[in-house]
Amino acid sequence: MRPATPGTDQRQRSWFRRLYGAGPAHAVLMTAGFAFAGYLLTLILGASYPGWLLLWFAGAIVLHDLVFLPLYSSLDRALTSSRQREFSSPQGPAWINHVRVPAVISGVLLLITFPLVLRLSDRAYAAASGLHESVYLVRWLLITAGVFAVSAVLYLVRRARWRRRVQ
Amino acid sequence: MRPGDTELAPGPEEPDADKGQRPRRAMDRLRDATAEPPPGPFRAGWWKSPVRGPWLTSYFGSILLLGIPLMFLTGLVSYASYNPRLAGNDTTPGKGILGFYLFSWVTNPSWIYRVSQGTHVILGLTLVPIVLAKLWSVIPKLFEWPGIRSVAHSLERLSLLLLVGGAVFEFATGIADIEYYYPWKFDFYEAHLYGAWVFIVGFVVHVSLKLPTMWRSLQRYSLREIFMTPLARTRPEPGDGHGLVASQPSPPTISRRGVLGLVGGSSAAVFLLTAGGTITALRPLALLSPRARSVGTGPHPEANDFEVNRVFAATGIPVSATDDSWRLVLSGPRTVSLSRSDLMAMPLATEVLPIACVEGWSTVQTWTGVRLTDLARLAGVDHAVDVEVESLEKPGRPFRSATLASNQAGDLQTLLALCVNGEDISLDHGYPARMIVPAAPGVHCTKWVSELRFLT
Repeated sequence: MRPATPGTDQRQRSWFRRLYGAGPAHAVLMTAGFAFAGYLLTLILGASYPGWLLLWFAGAIVLHDLVFLPLYSSLDRALTSSRQREFSSPQGPAWINHVRVPAVISGVLLLITFPLVLRLSDRAYAAASGLHESVYLVRWLLITAGVFAVSAVLYLVRRARWRRRVQ
Repeated sequence: MRPGDTELAPGPEEPDADKGQRPRRAMDRLRDATAEPPPGPFRAGWWKSPVRGPWLTSYFGSILLLGIPLMFLTGLVSYASYNPRLAGNDTTPGKGILGFYLFSWVTNPSWIYRVSQGTHVILGLTLVPIVLAKLWSVIPKLFEWPGIRSVAHSLERLSLLLLVGGAVFEFATGIADIEYYYPWKFDFYEAHLYGAWVFIVGFVVHVSLKLPTMWRSLQRYSLREIFMTPLARTRPEPGDGHGLVASQPSPPTISRRGVLGLVGGSSAAVFLLTAGGTITALRPLALLSPRARSVGTGPHPEANDFEVNRVFAATGIPVSATDDSWRLVLSGPRTVSLSRSDLMAMPLATEVLPIACVEGWSTVQTWTGVRLTDLARLAGVDHAVDVEVESLEKPGRPFRSATLASNQAGDLQTLLALCVNGEDISLDHGYPARMIVPAAPGVHCTKWVSELRFLT
């Protein structure tokens, strides 16, 4: 991506680099990429409901980068900063990851199943499958309870071991 | 880093000698004017995670470097499996040059669509935690300051819209589709196809730019080192101008191996709880698969106890259309009308074949029925031709008809199925008769068949 061989066209390259900010290969890649993306845009504009498509595309970025990610990181920050002292002092194994891990697993599972868990698509689901979505909330809650329970037991075991070592 | 140099071309080997010797440019002046970032995430001190850094990002990136192309390829395979060149089969009419196909879809091995589409859906779900972790690891880049450094830098950031937007859009629409959740008006097939191409453009551009950075960053630690380093010895990565390493990191609360365990563990949980929709051995664990549930109906519920796609009650077909008055019409050089008992009196074949849905679930059953080639001969067709299969469903319903290519119609395993597992198929599975085509997507195994048109 950058001029590697000093030679006769060195001056020309650095001229290009100064104006553009990177080497010609970079410019070729970008041109090709955006030209094809432009073609895709013409297809999208010809699709049924292009406005919905573009809205969902932009919404996907906004929703992830400016809503979802800040939400879970501030939750995590609240959880860790209030207990900061516990991590720096030798009071035994920290509990934080015994909350974090089951919470993340449970959260990811909800993220990939929330239409089922919250019964948001029950009519379409019933028409397709002949079944109802009512089982999924219970299943998700039980799985959540299960991973938190396993994590708590592991924490107690670690703590007991640590106590034995200290005494 | 030299002013104007983009992120992809930094590195310790960059000579910095000519700094300040060049005339001031517009970009430099812009940089001076915006030297002070606004408060909040634009400030370097905002980002606190001590484990965020090029190695971690590159590690997640290297998994996605394998996973995303596999997703894209299995997606293309799924598109090809519909035989889009045949009339009525393509659900994306405005596809432009994206509608290329390389071959007629195969019938052998019969499990090929089951494996490829199962991979597409299960891998997609399993990659969700890794995509989220990758996006988390690079979030400071969204707020880098100054946001505009050069033309090249701006184009690069713009291309990330294709990458991130495409990724989130594809995962979100895919997951929503397998759960029948449509909070939009666009057509899923169309949107998922276009989104895939937008995503892959962003992906190819990003990989082309970042592959060397990824490779270099991975050399920082071996996996063995990562797994040998406990929380107490976890330190931030050395910063090197990538803008990922926190300038004022918090004390670590999780080791890097802990992060990998957290992300990998989440992926494992997703896999174990959903993969049973296709992987029979994991079926008892598939508590969060949209399918993989018991659903037998009709007079022979046990023989018919496997996943349904579209129940009879939702089709609007009157029950009377499926009673003894039902006739199968064969249209070819000869037109033939057959009752169900006529069909039952023909030579019957039994085949063990999967029904594999685009939604990622699949199920293998034992089907008994009349070979399509035998029906073709009855209609006066003595060589393999394309066949349009019509169902009793009203015109306009999605997948009420499908066109089978001549290689599918000529395959000896392709049946007009009357029975499954030794009993009559249920109304929900397509009584009086349904198609079973080896390796075809489930929606091309038309149910409630009313007519077979041999396209000679």
